[in-house]
Amino acid sequence: MENWRNYTKVLIPDIPNLNQIDVYQKNGGYEQLKEVLTSGKWNPKSVTDEVKAANIRGRGGAGFNAGLKWSFMPPKVEGLPRYLACNGDESEPGTFKDRRIFMFNPHLFIEGATIACYAMQMDAAYVYMRGEFADWIDKFQEAVDQAYAKGMLGKNIMGSGFDLDIFVHKGGGAYICGEETSLMESLEGKRPYPRSKPPFPAQFGLWGKPTTINNIETLANVPLVIKNGAKWWSSIGAPAHPGPVLYGLSGHINRPGVYEYPTGMKITDMIYEVGGGMRNNKKLKAVSPGGSSCPLLTAEMVHGGLTMDADSLRTVGSVMGTSGLCVLDEDTDMVKFSYRIAKFYDHESCGQCTPCREGTGWFVKILRKFVENRGETKDLDLLLELCDTMEGRTVCALADATAWPIRSALIHFRSEFEARIVSKASFATA
Amino acid sequence: MAESVVFEFTEAEKAEIQKHVAKYPDRKSAVMPALWIAQEKFGWLSPEAMELVASTLDMPYAQVYGVASFYTMYFKKKVPKYLFDICTCFTCGECGGDQIFKHAQNSLQVDENGHSADGKFWIRQAECLAACDTGPVMQIANRRIVHNLTPAKFDQTVDMLRRDQMPAFEPVAPKYDQASPAAKAAPEPEKVQETPPPAPEVISDSSEEE
Ligand SMILES: Cc1cc2nc3c(=O)[nH]c(=O)nc-3n(C[C@H](O)[C@H](O)[C@H](O)COP(=O)(O)O)c2cc1C
Ligand code: SF4
Ligand code: FES
Repeated sequence: MENWRNYTKVLIPDIPNLNQIDVYQKNGGYEQLKEVLTSGKWNPKSVTDEVKAANIRGRGGAGFNAGLKWSFMPPKVEGLPRYLACNGDESEPGTFKDRRIFMFNPHLFIEGATIACYAMQMDAAYVYMRGEFADWIDKFQEAVDQAYAKGMLGKNIMGSGFDLDIFVHKGGGAYICGEETSLMESLEGKRPYPRSKPPFPAQFGLWGKPTTINNIETLANVPLVIKNGAKWWSSIGAPAHPGPVLYGLSGHINRPGVYEYPTGMKITDMIYEVGGGMRNNKKLKAVSPGGSSCPLLTAEMVHGGLTMDADSLRTVGSVMGTSGLCVLDEDTDMVKFSYRIAKFYDHESCGQCTPCREGTGWFVKILRKFVENRGETKDLDLLLELCDTMEGRTVCALADATAWPIRSALIHFRSEFEARIVSKASFATA
Repeated sequence: MAESVVFEFTEAEKAEIQKHVAKYPDRKSAVMPALWIAQEKFGWLSPEAMELVASTLDMPYAQVYGVASFYTMYFKKKVPKYLFDICTCFTCGECGGDQIFKHAQNSLQVDENGHSADGKFWIRQAECLAACDTGPVMQIANRRIVHNLTPAKFDQTVDMLRRDQMPAFEPVAPKYDQASPAAKAAPEPEKVQETPPPAPEVISDSSEEE
């Protein structure tokens, strides 16, 4: 990863007005779709195989190989519709990268989604965008309209006989709708309770039909794989977790923003070079590597040379998530930070499963005691027990997503919690 | 005398809803877009408004209510004209969102529901708005995001809205987005000092979501 400084951006290149279809086409846009649909060199299986070989690990958080997921779709049955769901819910705290694609390079995503639909022989794609993206939803709809006007979407695309509609669906402000089956319930017009799996979306997805769901950034990479080949794409970044990636940088640093670099970036390079260093030259205390659900990293871990890829982060029990790094300085109150994370998940739990509905509420109650310096020694054990009861026992992963960051805060920053326990003397007499 | 509201969609609104219905294999799937149209029209989703959506889409009222009541952006109570969703979540909370929220509470003299004394504004704490890099941020009336908030920028925004001027869309040009890698090497690993426990904080939970 030594040569990241010479990296040329491919997802959000510095081309003015790239969101306009003419500009996009002038820069080689929709050529990959054309090749796939009309050159005769490709068929659905070969596209799927190429994407699988590239190993685009899902950028929505779970990191699953996109092409492999596509290959789980059952064989096409004439007359039985099938759908692509595009996840633009982007509600994971610390994550703001998909919005950049909607804003600056929407046609790359549209092209990628269309190629994906060809590969899986889909009838329509639904783009679920969080309701708070109101302004960007309108802008993205314009891009979709342009694509229809130019014949890149709709009936008989480029004379190939392939038809595709892309529909934009506006959310209503609920984090849970980013969870894949909740998103499907929401799109169908139901109360968006996540479904228990199996059956998986490939068998029973939108309206009960075979469906694949991918993140916006995942799909935006597809034309790049077609253009330059799986070999080229997977030679970028960390070998086991390759590709270009949109890193979000936020928190106590000088230059927050969205940065495109290869995977496997050293976190210290991200903070001190890309991010311009710590704000006010403070010392680093903690990093949340990829959205609020990820276990936190300590400054020691980060300075130990951790890189932004699944393998490196696994060595310290964390994950890459959505690659939105939240950087926290020495003045951060980790107790209050944990409390605010708990409050988020408590607000966003759909309430379907008891461990999650009750557990998130208990986290808030107990952590609040610590924030107000009323913690008790037994509460620390209670918090860890709560983590145990929440992990792996619920319909969806929101409960795990609550427990992971809080457990990591309790382990790595335990002394901060201990310092907020009511003094032993008053405790003894209480 | 209170104005009486007629709970009907105009032909144009009906046509708009039909356009959404056509997107989905099942009519009921248009409930969210139809609720958006109803809320835009009536300002909030009263039982009558939800009843109208239900009859327009031939679906049970309970299902419409079940959907509307799940989401924070659908208003189930009559609300002031301008909502400020002030992000106090994850990053914003650490980057001044809490202070902006307190400032808003004080400067607008909000009551326990978060409504301003003049009845024109309503504030609540928002969860992450996917704009953490420009935090603290807020969203106005389910629409415009205001980035890089300061108390002064908040006050200016309020002044504009008093005159019903919506602030312009901020594209947030990627001005920092690609660092020209300044040759600033990472410092040596260092031990982080323990911070002393801060003074107890009294958490005010007023003016949050019901
Ligand atoms: C509670 C919860 C929230 C999620 N939110 C999002 C989200 O906002 N955006 C997203 O792309 N994936 C989100 N996911 C992950 C999706 O369930 C799914 O794995 C992803 O969209 C698949 O796309 P990918 O394989 O391309 O990453 C969420 C998962 C959970 C459990
Ligand atoms: S884990 Fe939580 S959010 Fe997920 S389905 Fe269960 S209650 Fe709902
Ligand atoms: S935490 Fe405020 S926008 Fe993400």
